[in-house]
Amino acid sequence: MSDLRALLIPRRLFLMALFAGFVIWCALSLRWDWVPQYLPLALEGLWRTIWILVVTVVLGFTLAVPLGLAQAAGPWYLAAPARLFCTIIRGTPLLLQIWLLYYGLGSLFPQYPWIRGSELWPYLRQAWPYAVLALTLSYAGYEGEVMRGGFASVQKGQLEAARAFGMPRFTIFRRIWLPQAIRNVLPTLGGETILQLKATPLVATITVIEIYSVSSRVRADTFIVYEPLLLLALVYMIIAGLIALMFRWIENRVPSRPRHG
Amino acid sequence: MEALLDTLGLAETASLLALEPPGWGANLLRGLANSLQIALGAFGFGLVIGLAGAYGKLYGGPLLRDLLAIYTTVIRAVPELVLILILYYVGSDLINQAAIAMGYGRIEISGVVAGIWVLGVVQGAYATEVLRGAIQAIPPGQLDAARAFGMPPLMTLRRVTIPAMMSFATPGLANLWLIATKDTALLAIVGFSELTLETRQAAGSTRAYFTFFLAAGALYLLVTLFSGAIFARIEKWARRGQPSLREGGR
Repeated sequence: MSDLRALLIPRRLFLMALFAGFVIWCALSLRWDWVPQYLPLALEGLWRTIWILVVTVVLGFTLAVPLGLAQAAGPWYLAAPARLFCTIIRGTPLLLQIWLLYYGLGSLFPQYPWIRGSELWPYLRQAWPYAVLALTLSYAGYEGEVMRGGFASVQKGQLEAARAFGMPRFTIFRRIWLPQAIRNVLPTLGGETILQLKATPLVATITVIEIYSVSSRVRADTFIVYEPLLLLALVYMIIAGLIALMFRWIENRVPSRPRHG
Repeated sequence: MEALLDTLGLAETASLLALEPPGWGANLLRGLANSLQIALGAFGFGLVIGLAGAYGKLYGGPLLRDLLAIYTTVIRAVPELVLILILYYVGSDLINQAAIAMGYGRIEISGVVAGIWVLGVVQGAYATEVLRGAIQAIPPGQLDAARAFGMPPLMTLRRVTIPAMMSFATPGLANLWLIATKDTALLAIVGFSELTLETRQAAGSTRAYFTFFLAAGALYLLVTLFSGAIFARIEKWARRGQPSLREGGR
């Protein structure tokens, strides 16, 4: 209720009226006749954007847990490669990584007859496996660093208590270390997931058809510049808002972080 | 040297990356220089916007604060690639309309200027948040003392606020600088010949994709590591005289 009241003060009403005016102006004076024609393609693109986002976040996070654990508590021969991987991923542009995988691996694979003859070849000829691989590795690199902090921030006493009770190592990890590490980094993860959403349009450069490339297609076909871009920005803002809401919901469900100092 | 390269099977790589014309090394370095130029300009432009935005968010009127909140939220929710396209078209449209209104013909906008404008606006939103947090972290007594001595606002900014917030802002700004260097790669998509686009052209015309993309990756990584070292020095300098984060504190 207080949220609603905060919106009803004069200057915000004025801003909202201004915004409504802008929307009406957009609706009336810009061209939207292309929308019905491209709607099926746009929905397909939207679906693919969300699909890529969800798959790469899940796979990337699965990779990030061992990467973070190796850096936080692993022996040097695991920690050093994990750190190197995170440094390389975080130190080079994602676009370069995508192009390296797509053009590099894509030009390397056809040289080997056994790859061409394998069951996987029909997939390896398409672009999306490279897009998913590049985005997964990128998310894993960034989140590996985040999880390192998460694992390190769990209080030592908790782990010692579990060990004192004779809990097996894997159970300690599953029941105590991992849940608390994830809880500690939940707010960061939410922000990083929105960053991952903002990275998805890059895969359009390797011919994966997602929502961004649909807008490029409209621009190329009809020479309408602003309308598809504005609509696209709106779509991304809505998805980003949904991600933020989802993470807030998850954060409210887990018990709040105890203040330790 | 050449015998060593031969035995390692790197002779071909070396000739591809050579600086003289048959090799593409000079193109890559020129791309790197363009990238760094745009990154530096965008970072500086973003800092200016960020400082103004942080002041507006902290001390501005309610309407200004709402507008700035919209600016930072929108910029941080929309992909950089989409923003780059929108700002690029808006910027070139506005300049051309202004030029035609003033009686000049259409103007070709240089890639560097457009890149700085576009990435600067994006960086500004992030810098606003970083600098606002840093200014808020300054012990309020320091700013009160400056005001009590009758320092004019600009002098307070120059002599007290900026030096005092440096130590809080440096980690965030270092991050922003790294984002700026990596975001220059996005300008490849709108056709600016920065490092990533030069690399792709070199790789495309020689078919040596791995060689060139790995070389470009190494260049970006060098920039990252080098900037990391520099920002560590800056942070050490900005924190001089303050208790170390590890030992001091609570």
